[in-house]
Amino acid sequence: MDFQEVVDSLPRYAEPLLVTVQVTLASAALALVVAFALGLMTSSKRLAVRTPARAFVEFFRGSSVVVQLFWFAFAMPVVLGIQFDYAIIAGIIALGLNYGAYCSEVVRGAIAAVPPGQLEASLAVNFTPFQRLRLVVLPQAWPEMIPSLCAFAIMLLKASALVSLISVTDLTAMAGLIGGQNGGQNLLAHYGLILVIYFVLAWLIWTGMRALERRAKRGIGIDAKPVKGRLTPAVAEKGLA
Amino acid sequence: MPSPTSNESIIRFDRVDKSFGDLKVLDGLSFDVDPGERVTLIGPSGSGKTTILRLLMTLEHVTPPKDPAADGGVIWVEGKPLSHMEKGGKLVVANERHLRQARKKIGMVFQSFNLFPNMRVLRNVTEAQVHTLGRSKDEAEAKARDLLELVGLSSKVDNYPSQLSGGQQQRVAIARALAMDPDILLLDEVTSALDPELVADVLGVLRDVADTTSITMLIVTHEMGFARDVSNRVMMFDRGQIVEEGAPDEIFSDPREARTQDFLRAVLAE
Amino acid sequence: MNEWNNEIVVEIFPAMWQGFIVVLQVTLVAGLIAVLLGLLVAVGLRIGPPWLRRVLSAVFQFIRNTPLLVQVLFVWTATSYYINPEWSAFAVGSAVLGVHYASYTMESYRAGIEAIPVGQWEAATALSLPTHRVWGAIVLPQMLRRSAAAVANWIIAMFKEVPTLFVIGVLEMIAQAQKYQGQHYDGAVEGYTIAGILFLAASYPVAVAARRLENRLAKSNF
Repeated sequence: MDFQEVVDSLPRYAEPLLVTVQVTLASAALALVVAFALGLMTSSKRLAVRTPARAFVEFFRGSSVVVQLFWFAFAMPVVLGIQFDYAIIAGIIALGLNYGAYCSEVVRGAIAAVPPGQLEASLAVNFTPFQRLRLVVLPQAWPEMIPSLCAFAIMLLKASALVSLISVTDLTAMAGLIGGQNGGQNLLAHYGLILVIYFVLAWLIWTGMRALERRAKRGIGIDAKPVKGRLTPAVAEKGLA
Repeated sequence: MPSPTSNESIIRFDRVDKSFGDLKVLDGLSFDVDPGERVTLIGPSGSGKTTILRLLMTLEHVTPPKDPAADGGVIWVEGKPLSHMEKGGKLVVANERHLRQARKKIGMVFQSFNLFPNMRVLRNVTEAQVHTLGRSKDEAEAKARDLLELVGLSSKVDNYPSQLSGGQQQRVAIARALAMDPDILLLDEVTSALDPELVADVLGVLRDVADTTSITMLIVTHEMGFARDVSNRVMMFDRGQIVEEGAPDEIFSDPREARTQDFLRAVLAE
Repeated sequence: MNEWNNEIVVEIFPAMWQGFIVVLQVTLVAGLIAVLLGLLVAVGLRIGPPWLRRVLSAVFQFIRNTPLLVQVLFVWTATSYYINPEWSAFAVGSAVLGVHYASYTMESYRAGIEAIPVGQWEAATALSLPTHRVWGAIVLPQMLRRSAAAVANWIIAMFKEVPTLFVIGVLEMIAQAQKYQGQHYDGAVEGYTIAGILFLAASYPVAVAARRLENRLAKSNF
């Protein structure tokens, strides 16, 4: 292996790194919107609202994100007769919808965990349902969601590597391209390198989310101590179950 | 080779220190217990009573003295060091193997029962007989059935702990401890977690045990009537020190120390 | 390219079904690894010497927070270039997938161990039970019960990630669909749709069963 070659090629990873970050951020944004929409709908008392949302969630969680990615990239253009200009858009849609479905369960769980007394109290002061949601339910539910959403954000970052399979040039694809040169003699080193980069990105997400959680908790008067701990997925089980 | 001065005591605390971080719970505590004695430890919470039992059960470990020969700081059981072991003529802090041997003669009943929820009642009582003492399964079962009859639970042998009341669970825990034929039985607030109507059954069983065996007992309890009936000696603790000790009648009817008087007044007022 | 074509469905289905069987085989092998290795690591983290705990914790934290796809490519490159090019994609892929998910199941086991009341350990100490009985007869039975549903959910999640292995040539459903497309220049819609439906059909009932298991365990005496 020629480590000098690996070091020299570092600048070539700048753009792919940006692609990975873009895919992760864009699909996370989509996932968040989908999660709140579906989470609120599946929390609804009305069957007509709940049922389609439930079906959507079960559909996306029940199937494989890899298959969904290929479906959005290669089958969807045929079915709808539209061609995405960029495969990256198909990737963002697939990841965003899939992880949105998972995270909607986190949202639903956090809303369900708001004590019923809070709802009764907001009824007593005559809030409209929208005020109740905006002023009472969400501010309390939001800090509870953050650790789980953080775990899913890291999973989303990991899943973003899959877009390399639909010919988007992200970190993973670039490692294959550069490493594949000269008979692939440096391929292993390049894959090792991007593993480390992904790990650093995951650590950044985790650190950011911790800060966000502290701020959100302070927002409702809970003085959260900085939690020492590890990047742990246990909280994501809520969304998986 | 340092050794306890009295050969008669079954338990000897020799200037024992115990700290949790900065908090000193026991400070140079010394006392002796004779074989067959029933000693009740009373005192406000945080006075170190439970710590004494947990040290004896080796659930906690003494804060090691610099030089055991000169400064003490060692717990002795049946004339042998418990918290320490002999190595090259000196006493060093006990390792896990020594503790495993040393604590075999000691049994404990906990405030929160701590039955194994995944085992039926019978197996709760046989498990350690078979795997710690090496008894045959038949022998262990026969012993377990006898003891479960003694505590009035013959009909519950095949139940899981979750199917029993708190009082019943605690009686199983007593049978489980007795099955190990301990020389010393430690009772740590065994009725504190029980509903009031279940307390009498458990205390009744313990009275029977006290009447029919010669097991040495160390009892931490707030049941003063029970303490008075069962024990030979009562020790009043406060902040890790023995404030006053004596026969139950003396302590309960005519305490000398103000702190004992205050404590008893507070407990009896409950 | 055409729209949905029933004839293609009929033609492609046997290959897709074959791919599905491969997915199930991988799930079985990788699932066993994830279930057993996760347990081993969780126990090692509890009773191992400090240096081992630090190493295990660091290694599995790294595995858990980096993409499965890159891990698969990394290990596949390592085995085929440097270790033994004879090793099959099926074996290597299943092993990587299993170890990756062990990094999740170990957390579920760990939570299960930590949830055991301290009184259980103390009672075991008071009875001087030997270490293998403390774990075998008291800790593991209680822990497995607490962790079973969570571990089952991780295995379901793992099942749905098996298609990732097509990059190293495991002939699962995506590989089969691509093979068909390579020969007929058609069948993307049908192939990927069938793949999605097969996943849905297989994972939904298992997920429901896992939820039932969870409820049943919560209600039983033990």
